[in-house]
Amino acid sequence: MRVLVKRSSAFQEFEVPRHPSQTVLDVVTYIQRKLDPTLAYRYACRVGMCGSCAMTVNGVPRWTCRTHVDRVARNDELRIGPLKNFPVIRDLVTDMREFFDKWARAQGRFQGGRTRHDDFEKVAPDSPERKAADAGIECIGCAVCYSACNVVAANPEYLGPAALNRAWTLVKDARSVDVIDKLRAVAGDAGCHACHTHMDCTERCPKRLSPTAAIAGLKRATAKAALKGEL
Amino acid sequence: MTQTVLWLAQRITAAILAVCVVVHLATIIYAVQGGLTAAEILGRTRGNTAWLAFYSLFVVAVAIHAPIGLRPVLGEWLKWRGVSREIALSFFSIFLVLLGMRAVIGVFA
Repeated sequence: MRVLVKRSSAFQEFEVPRHPSQTVLDVVTYIQRKLDPTLAYRYACRVGMCGSCAMTVNGVPRWTCRTHVDRVARNDELRIGPLKNFPVIRDLVTDMREFFDKWARAQGRFQGGRTRHDDFEKVAPDSPERKAADAGIECIGCAVCYSACNVVAANPEYLGPAALNRAWTLVKDARSVDVIDKLRAVAGDAGCHACHTHMDCTERCPKRLSPTAAIAGLKRATAKAALKGEL
Repeated sequence: MTQTVLWLAQRITAAILAVCVVVHLATIIYAVQGGLTAAEILGRTRGNTAWLAFYSLFVVAVAIHAPIGLRPVLGEWLKWRGVSREIALSFFSIFLVLLGMRAVIGVFA
C-alpha cells in the first residue's frame, strides 16, 4: 500500500504491507519502527480512550487507533497529515496548547458550592438538565471536532466545539454555582454566537457526541439570561 | 451581552422575514396572474395603511437582519473586525432603511 505522510513541508512516500484489521495507527507505527525512525507522531492507549492519536487521514480528522485501513484507503493509498487548525510541532505532532487554553477560557471547570461537611447533592438522572449534560459528558478532548471546524479555521479566536460542549455540560449541571459566569464566558464573537451550525464537529466526533446541539443550547441559555438582564 | 442581543435580534427578524417573504411572493404571483398595469398597482397601494405597515415592517426587519448577518462574513472573509466594521454596518443598516422606505413611501403616497 502507498502511504503519503506529511513531513515538515511536503508529503513523503512509503510502501507499507497490508494486514487484516490493520489500523492507521498500525501503519504509522510500522513506518516509524521499520522505515524511518525520525517520524514523529503521538499516541498512548491504542484503544480509543486517550484521544492522543488523532490525525488527518485522507483529508478527514480521525482517531488513527480506531480507524481501519480497509475503511478509509482509496485505491490502496493513504494520505496522513497532522490535525488541521493546529500549529505543527513536527511531522504528525501538533501543539494543542491553544485548544486546552480555550477550555479554560470557556470556564470548562466545575465549580460547586458544597464542602466535604455537606451532604451529597441529589441529582435525578432522568431530569431534563441531567440528560442534556449527560449527552455531552463523554468528550475525551481528542480535538477531532476542533480540527474539523470551519469556523475555527476562519476565526482563530473561536473557542471551538469541544470547549463549548464542555461549558454546556457544566451549565446544565445542577450543582454548578457559576452558571452566569460561564454564560458570559461563552457568549459573543469568540463563543457560541460564532457557530454557523455547519455540524462538521458533530459529523466527525468519534464519540458520536453533538457539540452543535450543545452550542445551540448555549445560544438559547445566553439569550434567556440576556432577556432577564443577568448577562 | 451585545452579541447575544444581536443574535436574538437576528433570530426574531428572521421569523418576521419568513412570513413577510412568503406573503410578498404569494401576493406577486397571485396579483400578476391576469396582468396588472402600474396604474392598477398604485390604485391598490396608495393610501393603504395596512400595506404601508406591512412593508415598513419588512424594510425594518431587513435593515436589522442583513447587517448582523454581514458582520461575521466581513470578520471571517476580510478579517475586518473592530469599531470601524460596526460603524460601517450601522451605515449599511441606515442605507437599507432609507432605500426601502423611499420605495415604500413612493408607492404609498
